[in-house]
Amino acid sequence: MSGETRGEHVMSTEAPARPLLSARGLHVTFPGRRGAPPARAVDGVDLDIGAGEIVALVGESGCGKTTLARSLLGLVRPTAGAVSFDGRPLAYSSGALRAYRKRAQLVLQDPSGSLNPRHTVYDAVAEGLRIHGYAGDERTAVAEALSRAGLRPPERFFLRYPHELSGGQRQRVVIAGALVLEPELIVADEPVASLDASVRGEILALLLRLRDELGLSALVVTHDLGLAWNIADRVAVMYLGRVVETGPVESVLTNPQHPYTRALLSVLPESEGAPVVLTGEPPDPSRIPSGCRFHARCQLLASGEATTIADRCRGEDLPVLGGAGESVACHWVTRG
Amino acid sequence: MSLLEVRDLKVTYGSGAAAVPAVRGVDLTLEPGTKLGVAGESGCGKSTLALALLRLLPASARIEGEILLDGEDVLAMSWGRLRAVRWAGASIVFQGAMHSLNAVHRIGDQIAEPLLVHGRATPAAARKRVGELLEHVGLPAARAAAYPHELSGGQRQRVMIAMALACDPRLIVADEPTTALDVMIQAQILRLIERLVAEQSISLLMISHDLAVLADTCDRLAVMYAGRVVEEGPARAVYEAAEHPYGRALSSAFPRIGDLASRRAPRGLPGDPPDPADLPGGCTFHPRCPVAVDACAEQDQELREAGAGRRAACVHVGSTS
Amino acid sequence: MTSLAWERRKGSVARFWTSYRTRRAGLYGLAGLVLIALLALTAPWTVGSDVQSVTEAPGTALEPPSAAFPLGTDQFGRSLLGLLIWGARISLLVGLLAATLSVAIGTLVGIIAGHYGGWFSTVVMRITDWFLVMPTLVLAIVLATVMSRSMWTVVLAIGVTSWPTTARLVRAQTIAVESRPYIERATALGGGHRHVMLRHVLPNVMPLVLAQTTLGISTAILTEATLAFLGLGDPTVVSWGGMLQDAREAGAVSSGHWWYLAPPGIAIALVALAFTLCGRAVESVLNPKLGVGR
Repeated sequence: MSGETRGEHVMSTEAPARPLLSARGLHVTFPGRRGAPPARAVDGVDLDIGAGEIVALVGESGCGKTTLARSLLGLVRPTAGAVSFDGRPLAYSSGALRAYRKRAQLVLQDPSGSLNPRHTVYDAVAEGLRIHGYAGDERTAVAEALSRAGLRPPERFFLRYPHELSGGQRQRVVIAGALVLEPELIVADEPVASLDASVRGEILALLLRLRDELGLSALVVTHDLGLAWNIADRVAVMYLGRVVETGPVESVLTNPQHPYTRALLSVLPESEGAPVVLTGEPPDPSRIPSGCRFHARCQLLASGEATTIADRCRGEDLPVLGGAGESVACHWVTRG
Repeated sequence: MSLLEVRDLKVTYGSGAAAVPAVRGVDLTLEPGTKLGVAGESGCGKSTLALALLRLLPASARIEGEILLDGEDVLAMSWGRLRAVRWAGASIVFQGAMHSLNAVHRIGDQIAEPLLVHGRATPAAARKRVGELLEHVGLPAARAAAYPHELSGGQRQRVMIAMALACDPRLIVADEPTTALDVMIQAQILRLIERLVAEQSISLLMISHDLAVLADTCDRLAVMYAGRVVEEGPARAVYEAAEHPYGRALSSAFPRIGDLASRRAPRGLPGDPPDPADLPGGCTFHPRCPVAVDACAEQDQELREAGAGRRAACVHVGSTS
Repeated sequence: MTSLAWERRKGSVARFWTSYRTRRAGLYGLAGLVLIALLALTAPWTVGSDVQSVTEAPGTALEPPSAAFPLGTDQFGRSLLGLLIWGARISLLVGLLAATLSVAIGTLVGIIAGHYGGWFSTVVMRITDWFLVMPTLVLAIVLATVMSRSMWTVVLAIGVTSWPTTARLVRAQTIAVESRPYIERATALGGGHRHVMLRHVLPNVMPLVLAQTTLGISTAILTEATLAFLGLGDPTVVSWGGMLQDAREAGAVSSGHWWYLAPPGIAIALVALAFTLCGRAVESVLNPKLGVGR
């Protein structure tokens, strides 16, 4: 609980000198429809992903985690702030983006939807190679990517169509399609959410193995804290467009500081202690409350535990958390 | 007497060479006021089972066996009797709340429909009852005037539950009631279901792929694989120490946070859930089983006693070796 | 990979045929089309191009059907059966070319409008709407009148006036396809506009386009016949619509020369019916909702 233990962790898990991917002060705002105020989907985020590091970005639907992931890949252009990859800021010209996309890949949640039903497995995997005008032997590269992703022997899968495969196999094809370009970073948006429970572990093990064998970095976007525990090195908990708590998985998940993280962990079926079920739906990114954005649902305020600093919670904005290391955005935790 | 007793239920889709067995002989019992969880993956027959309980399967499905609700066979009932049972005996909560609600009707009218159709209430009384039901599931009574698209996913699921409660059923069948909902909303809905079941002593049959959720909510658990129950017993015991290797795989699929054994070690099963149209011979689980022996490829495994109130269909259960 | 690609294509053709075979109406349509196409293609050997010749007509004017002239003769003494067969060549050719042109324009406009969206799409769609509310025939008549009288004018007139329906359909389908996650995956892989449109959108709108083409042919044949009947076709070649016009000019309507009037009319109706039957069958086989890969 205390600051000292946290401090030691920061020392032991010091991020590498230069992160592979780094976001600074990222904002993504979508214009409001029919006179509604604009939605601040991502509202000030710093995030670093080191080489060979797996970072889990956790939050409820509507918290902006998917938009953040897409803006890191240059699929959504940030309204403010910057993304830099390998030390260089991301340029948004089509040529520069194309070059970037050879190095950073996306894996989507629904493997059935992310494969064109009219393309064979071979075509789906070779697509990236064709886009980037691969000079080597396409067939060998495709076969290698497929077997890396656990589809062996690869030739048996070349001519299959997505609908002839199981959900797990489809996700492996999507992963192979990302691997074939030998990227340095994979951004996976809920990679196992639509897969069967028994298949889930295999796909997560695959991501872990790719990191160990190829030194791949990964950002895994998920609502599933168990997934973060299974594979991630670091976790960032997002609430309403901001990261509210970040740090190494072991310390954030076993010793959560932010009341929101604590509530999320407490409602897991197997967790000990009384569950803290937050009332109401996650609030609307077009109407972000002032002060701490969590104050309206905060169980510490509701129970009266934090009444002494209630004014600060309601009125005083919290700083944007650093991209690496360990920190928490809560007036109560940092009240000193 | 048990509230619900399923005896050797078999459901087959199609016929002849194209016949696909979805449920291949399931026995279940549910005592009044208890909660039974049925766990399994896609294609294991758990949703077919749920639909069969209320005879909601398409005409192309062939059903064999007995489904006794309060001692009366649902499969042999006349249509009139079946409709009465569907209103007052048992109701079902589906997974996709958006698709199960009619988009062009106000939710209040949809909840009131069964009350009015059967002349169980006057319009004014029905309106009053709708208000009560909505408040009961944690929504303001004024929401009765809303259309489904004006509600969030969690609110829609609450409406579905209110609809299921409208005729005071004795059994609620909930098919993946919290899938596709966020953890916090999922927790809210599960608490709501638990509270209602306890308050009104309704029996609950809950179907899910998430063993942890079922273990947390239910008294007893049945794990299905390839159309059969492969393990059954008290919920906690099955979740924490499954006898069947498939039960073990399911319970370790979603890790307990803080358990160092699962840190950086996600566990799953090789292979894919079997295709019901092309089931492996012998024990249907043997191709994916980490502890399979030669006999598993040839011998079909029946459920056998595995300790107090527990049964499992595995060659390793009860054997001395 | 060419062999692989070929094998795959063979597979999908076989799947298409298996599914098409179960549609009885489609089979009748196809049988009719094959017959008519064979007649039209072998016409140079069976009837020969002299059949059109006015000066060397074998019979006398307006003979009723007989053993020598099964469908009788026209006012110049030419064999009407021969003319009918010869006319099929022009009717089919014009129908095919015009439908292809119209669907090609429609597909191009539809995909581009659907893909880029925004104000560009709005402008393009307003232009489409304008063409859509213009009566096709009137527009085609104007075009055929101002341009030189030839088969190509007719093709062009039909082609540029009938594309809006296809454009609308293709645009809607493009928008539906582009909302699928695999489009985002392709973009994330580095694919540009061209890649998305050619590799993902086009194959997915192709079934629609194919069905639209088959259906469009029958409309085009009818329009061609109408234009020729109104005297806007190429006067130097024989077509079914042209035959009808000749019959009218020869007074066949009032003098009861039914053998002159009925065969071209029936031929037009049959070909249009055959193409429609095929088009409907193709449409149901390739129904984008069911997916061609299945």
